[in-house]
Amino acid sequence: MLRGGVEFICLLHGRRADKALKGMLCCICKEKEAKVHLTQIVGEKMQKVDLCEGCAAQKGVNDPAGFSLADLLLGLGASQEMEQASGGGEVKCPNCGFTQADFKKAGRLGCSECYRAFSEGLEGLLKTMHKGTRHVGKVPQSQLQARELADRLKSLQKKLDKAVSDENFEQAALMRDEIKTTREKLSELTTT
Amino acid sequence: MTIHEFLASPADAARREGPNTKIVMSSRIRLARNIKGAAFPGWAKKAERIKTLEIVRPAIESLTQMEDCFSEKMDNLTLLDKNILVERHLISREHAAKNAGSGLVVNRDETLCVMINEEDHLRMQALRPGLQLKQAWQAIDTADSRLERRLDYAFSPELGYLTACPTNLGTGIRVSAMLHLPGLVLSEQINQIIQAVNKLGLAVRGLYGEGTEALGNVFQVSNQMTLGEVEQDIVERLNKVVLQIMEHEENARGSLLEKKPKTVYNHIGRAYGILANAHSISSKETMNLLSLMRLGVDLTLFPDLDRALVDELFIVTQPNHLQKRFSDKLTAEERDLLRADMLRERLRGVSRPRPKPAAPAASEKTT
Repeated sequence: MLRGGVEFICLLHGRRADKALKGMLCCICKEKEAKVHLTQIVGEKMQKVDLCEGCAAQKGVNDPAGFSLADLLLGLGASQEMEQASGGGEVKCPNCGFTQADFKKAGRLGCSECYRAFSEGLEGLLKTMHKGTRHVGKVPQSQLQARELADRLKSLQKKLDKAVSDENFEQAALMRDEIKTTREKLSELTTT
Repeated sequence: MTIHEFLASPADAARREGPNTKIVMSSRIRLARNIKGAAFPGWAKKAERIKTLEIVRPAIESLTQMEDCFSEKMDNLTLLDKNILVERHLISREHAAKNAGSGLVVNRDETLCVMINEEDHLRMQALRPGLQLKQAWQAIDTADSRLERRLDYAFSPELGYLTACPTNLGTGIRVSAMLHLPGLVLSEQINQIIQAVNKLGLAVRGLYGEGTEALGNVFQVSNQMTLGEVEQDIVERLNKVVLQIMEHEENARGSLLEKKPKTVYNHIGRAYGILANAHSISSKETMNLLSLMRLGVDLTLFPDLDRALVDELFIVTQPNHLQKRFSDKLTAEERDLLRADMLRERLRGVSRPRPKPAAPAASEKTT
């Protein structure tokens, strides 16, 4: 029954907060008082699970060994999803040597390149975790410049093609030179 | 200079005020950033972490906002120093556990603080007293834009800033406000509020962040999702939610005073009685009772008590701050005695709470 992303794990044991959550019954045995409160978001729906200590232990929620950190942090079933995506074979990051077994254990990735190496498995996770799967926020200035240069390169290429088909070789030579300098600038930006 | 000489005294720290400090104790915005290609701190070997630290630390020190700063390697700080930084909310508990290869840079007025090699290579945070989320965003955005000129951030056009944990991916932003909500706790509405806030995709945590207790009726509200939304929208959304929680807290206080004034006065009077007279008291009980004293100040029950004194006591009665004052290593029991001594001494000049005579509940007797 525990599937999807764990959106928020509420572990408020403070006296006051306890008081607020007091009296809530375990939703499995419906007998004992719930001490572990999980809120999960599955697709658009939110589910709340309130478990007593006994049932939580039975479900492995209290047992750090049976309840992998990746699952805890990234949604129950996260590690399985990664495994499926890799088709059973072990995926390893070519940059840092991090494997998905490491990911399952730590719930963290090894380096920025891991996002490329594990991209397939991560896609589904990101969907359950975030508002979207594409970044729409701040972009570093150097990246913005690179984007501008890439756009410029495209339009220059078009102009070159047109000049060639118009047999305007003088213009074509100009475009060719400009493409060359733009390419150089772009590769400077992306390699440093 | 040691970290203790550098940090503001607890009295000065408690005197910092911002808009709505009555309920919003502080605002904080954190950005997670990493260096392209380098293994994240949790996976990097010690040598590699040290290398990253050596690249990142000078870049941070060169920021204009860091002109007068305290910059140190974590292995040069004692455990006590680190725990004091946790009690000041300048570093996380995770960071306090770090040693070689991790570092800390904090500026003079403690408004900008960068943890190096915590979970990510950089965890930079802008801090402001009261409700000042937008100001905090501007400050951290400026610092980040300066840093990106010197550091080669791990960034993907599709996924944004790449972080060790996919939960921080994209903007790497965590916007949070620390709220004092005794009214909602006393009126037993806090759980409803927490659930409503959770439904909006926001998290509610305890005093020291992730996985900690809500001591002293202090709660931290923060965003969870970092990918697929623009930073300013996240800040704006959190700001709106905080304003709403503030309104609920005010309403809860108002209706408690109207419907159950005796319950409120009883809580506050007992808090004063214990804090001003106890001879042994734990840090947890102290915080919970100081919270009620703070409520008493807000309700003008203590004409000669300043909120800043309550907030100062919040800081100095915590275990590590207390330990710092004494050279010998104290046991928890010894700390409880010394804490009680300190509280009795500091509250000696504070007269007991005086509820306003115009209590509407006529049936309640007063002597």
